[in-house]
Amino acid sequence: MSISEGTIGELRAKGVEVKRLEREYYEIFIGPQHPGSGHMRIIVRLDGDIIVDADPDIGYVHRTMEKLSEGREWIKVTPLVERMTIIDACNVTLPYINAVEKLMDKRPSTRASYLRVLLCEINRIASHLYGFGIFGVFLGHSTAYMWGFGDREVFLELAEILTGTRLTYTYHIPGGVRRDMPQDFPQMARRAVRYMRNRMAEYEKIFLNNPVIVSRLRDVGVISKTRAAELGIVGPTLRGSGVRYDVRLNEPYEVYSELDFEVPVFEEGDALARTLVRMEEIKQSLNIIEQAVDWLEKHRDEPVIAKEDYEKLPKLHKELYEKTGRVKLLPTQISMKVPPGKAVARAEAGRGEIFYYVESDGGVMPYRVRVVTPSARNVIVFKKVVPGHRLMDLPAIYGSIDYFPPEADR
Amino acid sequence: MSLQALAEVIKERLGTLAKEVRIAKGHVEIVTEGGRLTEAARALKEMGFDHVKSVTAVDYPKEGKIRVTYHVSSYLKEDLSKYIVGLSVDVPRDNPIVETLVPLWNSAEFFEREVFEFFGVHFKGHPDLRPLLLIPELAEKRVLRKDFVVREEGIYEGVPHEYK
Repeated sequence: MSISEGTIGELRAKGVEVKRLEREYYEIFIGPQHPGSGHMRIIVRLDGDIIVDADPDIGYVHRTMEKLSEGREWIKVTPLVERMTIIDACNVTLPYINAVEKLMDKRPSTRASYLRVLLCEINRIASHLYGFGIFGVFLGHSTAYMWGFGDREVFLELAEILTGTRLTYTYHIPGGVRRDMPQDFPQMARRAVRYMRNRMAEYEKIFLNNPVIVSRLRDVGVISKTRAAELGIVGPTLRGSGVRYDVRLNEPYEVYSELDFEVPVFEEGDALARTLVRMEEIKQSLNIIEQAVDWLEKHRDEPVIAKEDYEKLPKLHKELYEKTGRVKLLPTQISMKVPPGKAVARAEAGRGEIFYYVESDGGVMPYRVRVVTPSARNVIVFKKVVPGHRLMDLPAIYGSIDYFPPEADR
Repeated sequence: MSLQALAEVIKERLGTLAKEVRIAKGHVEIVTEGGRLTEAARALKEMGFDHVKSVTAVDYPKEGKIRVTYHVSSYLKEDLSKYIVGLSVDVPRDNPIVETLVPLWNSAEFFEREVFEFFGVHFKGHPDLRPLLLIPELAEKRVLRKDFVVREEGIYEGVPHEYK
């Protein structure tokens, strides 16, 4: 940081001798093409190999979703916004639907809530494994990349069996979900859980307890508890700094208040702690998946949409639902009007809290949709935490906050 | 503490700083006047609201105003972390200037830049006010204002004539 001319003038007026030290800094542009996740640029100024200043230059994959959502029907916003994080599509669309439900005073059926939670947790695991893969690339640990992306397939396949598609599910509708789970889904889910539990031990051996990885992550990018709160960062990055905050815990949505899970918190605040939080979260998500399928197996009779909606379905739609478990949308649902009002909703996505503000003027399209994603909140870390580190620490910090450019750019 | 109780506490704490305190769906809405935003924000921060979740702007062309809302909550005080509070201020559309809250809430820095580029709201005293996501030429158009119309391209638009 340089001292402004004004301050220098003031000091001189007081009789202080001020000499300007000229110092050459090296400026390098990292990105927008770089070997990690890509699509973002960090302009860093270096003194030797110490970073003195970092300026995140984002927006390369910006699509102005907030504007586009003002021009389409309520229900058609879901397939739009889920494209900002297709690897975490369930989590990022859920609070939008929750906000619309708040405006409509609609409650989803309990079965729908459990199905939502089930898919959210499957998504969280897949998203964390994706993050691990990218992290591996950043650190030159190609095994982590192969393993992360390979094991992620297990959960993408689960999601595909549940929803019909690997990534962009568009699963939630106001008051419910679009598909019931297949009969044999619980067995498959349990198998995947067993598989992943065994794999976690392997990950610890090859990645987390690897001396090379540990020495690159320990005491790197340290964020203290108060600093984390001040910067307003979210998700594993926040919990790695000792703040006990998880939307699932602090303001439980859907059926999270009925489920038994822990929120891992680490005090160290460094890159290693953030990585460990994500690792522990996978274990917790596996527990939640088990509990959800247990409940869903026992309560098969309830419909996956709100009861009043189910009763309104025409005979043909009801038959289709009984036979295939699919909910066919009615034309009235597509062009539905939402009562005027303002609602906020939030959820804990894979990378942290996602926040929606939705305003309706009573029309068939939203008046305003504001979305703030976890990566958009964490981008401040590049500017405020990275300076002072060596250049080689930058990939470690980048990977440890699991920054995902399309999500930040929206 | 319930949402109702929180609204009461805020009402008492802010006193005349708030023009209006009311409960909306899932959050407390506070409306304040231009000159009192910083003071109101300071009072909220002293209560324990330590970070900004979003700086949200909504354009109301009929009323000739833009409403800028700071959605804040708490990380370190667990009883407050359940709630989101929206601190709003109305600014005229033709000359929107808001006192920046970055010195108070560091977490607002990037969001204020966003509101600046999308709505043209100028944040007085912001340390680094320049477009964040858009290129400068596009940011000039203030794309999230209601009078900016998104023109949808037809399938054959942009296709050279010989292919038509």
